[in-house]
Amino acid sequence: MSEIRVCAVSDLGDPGRKVVDVNGQEIGIFRLGEEVFAYLNSCPHLDGPVCQGKILPLALEAVGEDLTSSGRVFSKTQMNVICPWHGFEFDIRTGEHPTNKRIKLRKVKTQVVDGEIFVAPLRPRATPL
Amino acid sequence: MLERVPKKPLRELPEITVASDTRDYLARAARQARDTDDYELLVDIDAHLQEGGFFHEIIELMENDVLKQTAQSMMRPGSLPLINMQPGMSFQSLAGRVPHQSGPQETTEDPTVAGHRFVQIVRRTIDSMGLDYQVIFPTAMLHLGMNPMEEIEVELARAYSRWLVERILPEDKRIIALLYLPFNSPLECEKLVRDYGDKPGIVGFTVCAVRHKPVHHNQYMRLYSMIQETGKPLVFHAGPHWDDPSFAQLNRFISMHALSFVHYNLIHMTNWIINALPERFPKLKVAWVESGLAWVPFLMQRLDHEVMMRQSEAPGLKRLPSDYMREMYYSSQPLERNDLEMLAMTMKKINADTQLMFASDWPHWDFDPPSSITTLPFLSEQAKRNILGLNAARVFNLPVKRLRPRARDVIAAQQERAAQ
Ligand code: FES
Repeated sequence: MSEIRVCAVSDLGDPGRKVVDVNGQEIGIFRLGEEVFAYLNSCPHLDGPVCQGKILPLALEAVGEDLTSSGRVFSKTQMNVICPWHGFEFDIRTGEHPTNKRIKLRKVKTQVVDGEIFVAPLRPRATPL
Repeated sequence: MLERVPKKPLRELPEITVASDTRDYLARAARQARDTDDYELLVDIDAHLQEGGFFHEIIELMENDVLKQTAQSMMRPGSLPLINMQPGMSFQSLAGRVPHQSGPQETTEDPTVAGHRFVQIVRRTIDSMGLDYQVIFPTAMLHLGMNPMEEIEVELARAYSRWLVERILPEDKRIIALLYLPFNSPLECEKLVRDYGDKPGIVGFTVCAVRHKPVHHNQYMRLYSMIQETGKPLVFHAGPHWDDPSFAQLNRFISMHALSFVHYNLIHMTNWIINALPERFPKLKVAWVESGLAWVPFLMQRLDHEVMMRQSEAPGLKRLPSDYMREMYYSSQPLERNDLEMLAMTMKKINADTQLMFASDWPHWDFDPPSSITTLPFLSEQAKRNILGLNAARVFNLPVKRLRPRARDVIAAQQERAAQ
């Protein structure tokens, strides 16, 4: 299957995202720094529009060496996309749910050529219209 | 091969926000609805009005002048006068991660042409999910059972009933509702049943379960007789209450929510069974809503175990508690789907094929679409049809007659909107 140009990396914020319908297949393309990731816009929970949700850092429990908690803090390194249907979160880099890593987004092949993002839609179409 | 320019321009899908149109939010549910397109009937027995945008209309219908003026003096955009909820403790939307909880903020058409704004939004929901009927409950008013001013519960229950009966239900027969019983005032409950119980679109009666009122108290027996007489169900709708002294130990919303929605129904069900109300009201249809299902086999086992040893404390029972519980009705949401083996056993124990009714709880954060039922691998095709509509038709006395549009027409309309 041919790879389709979506946009330039610079068209996306950092972190940034664009969700497009490629011949009936909805694909979310994410930018973190110079890295680009793409997933099907279908949540493994109940097929919600996961890629159209909020992007927020992973929340962590700040447990010190003495094993006491100083509450919750945002991760400085991990960004999640959050399904707007029920709040399942997924690491944008790996597509995995933070608690249950067996629950993950379906990856779509992507590459950057000369600053342009290309995606290779999955076949057969996973989200036909 | 790299394709520099796509053959067709790529359609972009925007971020889902609190202002998103319900049809965009539920676009994927509309596609899922193709799986149930040939089902006889789909009924959602629990969805919610978010009162925020409509509360001024309800207040306008209050009968007591003093309370009405009090409420109007407190009215600000989006505020909920007289409602005993702490606005700073609204964690439901997961800090904005699940935006639909905080709506509705979408735009709607001119109400003089397209109907009441709430009706327009419900139509978008039920068309997208492929539903024939949706039963509407309030949201903020679920807390009124804990309001120390009993007359506020009575006044708002009556105003809400009038709002439903006069303004909402006549606009679309696919929208149906239960009367909110001001359960802290039994005589007022009876009056409400008399005044509104037989109005078109009122298909049953609900007790919002968050309250400290024993359901077996003698003061309720005449009310139960009246309801039994109507042939309509009595529905216990669960809710959260962080101020309960035991729950004050729980430091996160998730903990309180997980327990609180089950807690009050556990108590009411226990009182209902141990005092043998099923023997006194054998024809009264009783349903338990929004507690999920996992609590039911837990309580069946606990009560059966104790009744065998302490029969003298539950002398009205002629059978085991679980026998009565298997004859009651349950709503599916929030369906605990993480362990399908346990869920399958739970459904077997409650006779889900005949006793379970689908509920979405839309637009709340933990809603379930109909696919939460259709994708269960252990259910027969007939069981899915029963749970998604036919059981509810029996309980709520609804005709089994298709009212919803074809899924393909809903999808085509969505595509047309997206192309604009
Ligand atoms: S469908 Fe994504 S969290 Fe439920």
